[in-house]
Amino acid sequence: MPRCFYLPAALLPSSACADYRWNFPEPVTPIARDTLHIHNEFMLIITALFVVVFAIMIYSMIAHRKSAGRPPARFSGPAGGVQWFWVLVPFAILLLIDFVLMGIPAYRAVVDMEDTRTRADMVLKVTGMQWKWQYEYPDSGIKYISTMSTPREQIGNREAKGEHYLLEVDNPVVLPVGKKVRILLTSTDVIHTWWVPQFGVKRDAIPGFLRETWVRIEEPGTYRGQCAELCGKDHGFMPVVVRAVPEAEYLAWADLKKAEQAAAAGGTDRVWSRDELLVKGKDVYAKQCAVCHQANGQGLPPAFPALSGSKIVAGPLLSPAGKLMKDSHLDRVLNGKEGSAMQAFGNTLSDTELAAVVTFERNSFGNTGGDLIQPAQIKSLR
Amino acid sequence: MSTATTAGRDARPPAHGGRYRGGILRWLTTTNHKDIGTMYLTFALLMFFVGGAMILAVRAELFQPGLQLMKPEFFNQLIGVHALVMIFAALMPAATGFANWQLPLMIGAPDMALPRINNWGFWLLPPAALLLTLPFFLALFGIGDGAVATGWTLYAPLSVQGGIGVDFAIFAIHLLGVSSILGSINIIVTLFNLRAPGMTMMKLPLFAWGWLMTAFLLIATIPVLAGAVTMLLTDRHFGTHFFDAAGGGDPILFQHLFWFFGHPEVYILLLPLWGLVPHVVATFSRKPIYGYKAQVVSFIAIGVLSVIVWAHHFFTAGMPVPALLYFMYSTMSISLPLAVLFFCWIATMWRGAITFETPMLFALGFIVLFGVAGLTGLVLADVAADAQYHHSYFVVAHFHYALFAGGIMGVMAGVYYWLPKWTGHMFSEKLGKLHFWLTVVSFNLTFMPQFFLGLAGMPRRIPDYALQFAEFNAISTVGSFILGLSQLIFAYNIWRCVKGGEKAADKVWEGAEGLEWELSSPPPHHSWEIRPNFDNR
Repeated sequence: MPRCFYLPAALLPSSACADYRWNFPEPVTPIARDTLHIHNEFMLIITALFVVVFAIMIYSMIAHRKSAGRPPARFSGPAGGVQWFWVLVPFAILLLIDFVLMGIPAYRAVVDMEDTRTRADMVLKVTGMQWKWQYEYPDSGIKYISTMSTPREQIGNREAKGEHYLLEVDNPVVLPVGKKVRILLTSTDVIHTWWVPQFGVKRDAIPGFLRETWVRIEEPGTYRGQCAELCGKDHGFMPVVVRAVPEAEYLAWADLKKAEQAAAAGGTDRVWSRDELLVKGKDVYAKQCAVCHQANGQGLPPAFPALSGSKIVAGPLLSPAGKLMKDSHLDRVLNGKEGSAMQAFGNTLSDTELAAVVTFERNSFGNTGGDLIQPAQIKSLR
Repeated sequence: MSTATTAGRDARPPAHGGRYRGGILRWLTTTNHKDIGTMYLTFALLMFFVGGAMILAVRAELFQPGLQLMKPEFFNQLIGVHALVMIFAALMPAATGFANWQLPLMIGAPDMALPRINNWGFWLLPPAALLLTLPFFLALFGIGDGAVATGWTLYAPLSVQGGIGVDFAIFAIHLLGVSSILGSINIIVTLFNLRAPGMTMMKLPLFAWGWLMTAFLLIATIPVLAGAVTMLLTDRHFGTHFFDAAGGGDPILFQHLFWFFGHPEVYILLLPLWGLVPHVVATFSRKPIYGYKAQVVSFIAIGVLSVIVWAHHFFTAGMPVPALLYFMYSTMSISLPLAVLFFCWIATMWRGAITFETPMLFALGFIVLFGVAGLTGLVLADVAADAQYHHSYFVVAHFHYALFAGGIMGVMAGVYYWLPKWTGHMFSEKLGKLHFWLTVVSFNLTFMPQFFLGLAGMPRRIPDYALQFAEFNAISTVGSFILGLSQLIFAYNIWRCVKGGEKAADKVWEGAEGLEWELSSPPPHHSWEIRPNFDNR
């Protein structure tokens, strides 16, 4: 009977909390521990309900089978006070389960989960975009993009899959252990959902709005999750990786990251050679653009147009007066295209990265524009 | 049937001579409830296999980590169209087919009250199904980029960004919605006006009560869905910004509108079957239905509650604490009327004389497995735990226990229960039992592992997954192929039964009660031309 299948399903969570395969992964935040506790309690309750109810039914199936030879009864409702009492008892029990046994712990957990503002030690801003995450630390001015680092060869089964297949990124989020982190979420294009199972936190990132949640990570370690809301073709390929470290290590990391960022932004004050731009542009293209426009620039028309031989890419870079032209190549890259998956990269990439990738696109995939643009020019156009 | 207003009493519609067109024209123009019922059921069975084939392709892709068979774009199209086909083109038409065949027989009416509308209600379905699937074929000729790839929920702004598949889906939904509303009006009018003399509302068969609630829910919620997808259409093509924050809109508005329809939709699919199951259980327990009034009240309570709990479908979208609490507790309260139904089903069996023919097996499988759906639904209502379950395979498993075990297996119980009445032949009991056991075992093999996948953290709607999820996905895929192939036995058994076989008695099942069993098997093309009197029952 189906019951045999279901029993282990519900019993195991309570007996094997730490077992990754059968239940929530090991919780590392107060919320996740709460959630796991509630989940285990609820699973016990519903398993008990299931067993009791269907034990009665199966007893009836056996005892009241026709071949047992008793004539069927004719009753069609409770008769008399005693029967009414027994009919109402199950509902009293269910009321108790719904609104007391389950309802009260659930109430507390909800209030706790939504308490993002009390004593928050720091803020992390998460921005979802097709198909990567941007992380921003407003306190220290750090801001970077995190994309999946699993090679496409592994996904296409041309290479052996690594240990953290699909759950690895180039730039993980780094957070200090033991601090209450208020997380603000938004998106630049469609709805994404930021989810790390071990944090017990899952919240939608909605374009044009801010949502919030919070974590206090108790154990140092690397925690992995994924986007949980269907967000287009590479929904399955935008993992979340969080590295939780002691506070001192976090501060050191933040200093290093700030210095790195300053160095990268520093490119605007000098003139870049064509080769320098092409090398950097190739790197940026592979990370930001190749998902849609493909590594060979052929795109996936009609949703993702080809850059190779594109009229827009072949068009003039700037107006004769040196101004940004509407619907030009540069305009598309900086401001995106409304109603399509093309994002406004002006918001997410540095001046140098933008100059490099635009130069790269105009001189690759058979495009022979020959022209280039300097990071300083991008800076002045903003 | 121009006598709708007076037929409730003693009107006798004029008997027709057999002036029927032959061939395809008969089916295109028929206004006979039995013909239309047959067309609905045949269409539903056909689309059940279409939707099933789509999801088997998806399960094949998910057999192992890595992308083997298809691109993620195509994967996204298959999952969304699978859901739309199964919900709108398989499950709903099956229930409407039951209503067409059975309601007039069960309430002693000569036909449905609005036969021409009935015909139109059916013939809107094939074009809708065509609209849903056509973009797949257009893409082969380089037109557009395939079918709707947003999942059946069509969440904006992803659906604003999508290709022509979204537009096709919007128009398909409009056609399906019109069809559902026409069907619902017809059923309400029939049940209010064409009951046999003496059949008061509280003597109406439970199946009719279940359908009555479904019909009201459809009329209440389909227009909201139609409005939502029309706003989507104007956002896509006419520069409005209902769902775009940049123009003052809100993407979450779409979710509110969608689920105001979407949550009642679950009960729209299930209420006719909750009405059907007591008949089957009572028949094979050889006992009257237990707690008739309590079940009717529960149907009404579930119908009312279903339209005030919608936001539990997007707790993770973020809302104020009072809203979270309200939607949590109101959702939990649905368990009370549902518990009444479970109680009555089991009490109907209690001290009966039970036998286990195929329809009873499916009804029992329905009760047990739908129990799993109900109980997991109770924990999903909890906002804190939902933060883990939501958007994960836990939810996928939960709603397949509700809609396959609760929906499709309920339909199968009904088909096996009434098929001898419709065809005049008995089906093969041996094949029926084989079909049941294969279905119930492979169903659990498919969906039980998905509960664990969800708990371990696998999101839904991903074409590829991390290595830790590999074993359960492999098991699930094996189960799904057995499940899919077992349904061929179902189709074959129906086919054999239509073609011939042992002659069915008028009262097919020993313990069956109700007006439909007083007619011959199969019933004459026009039945109950002389209304049965229900005064003394």
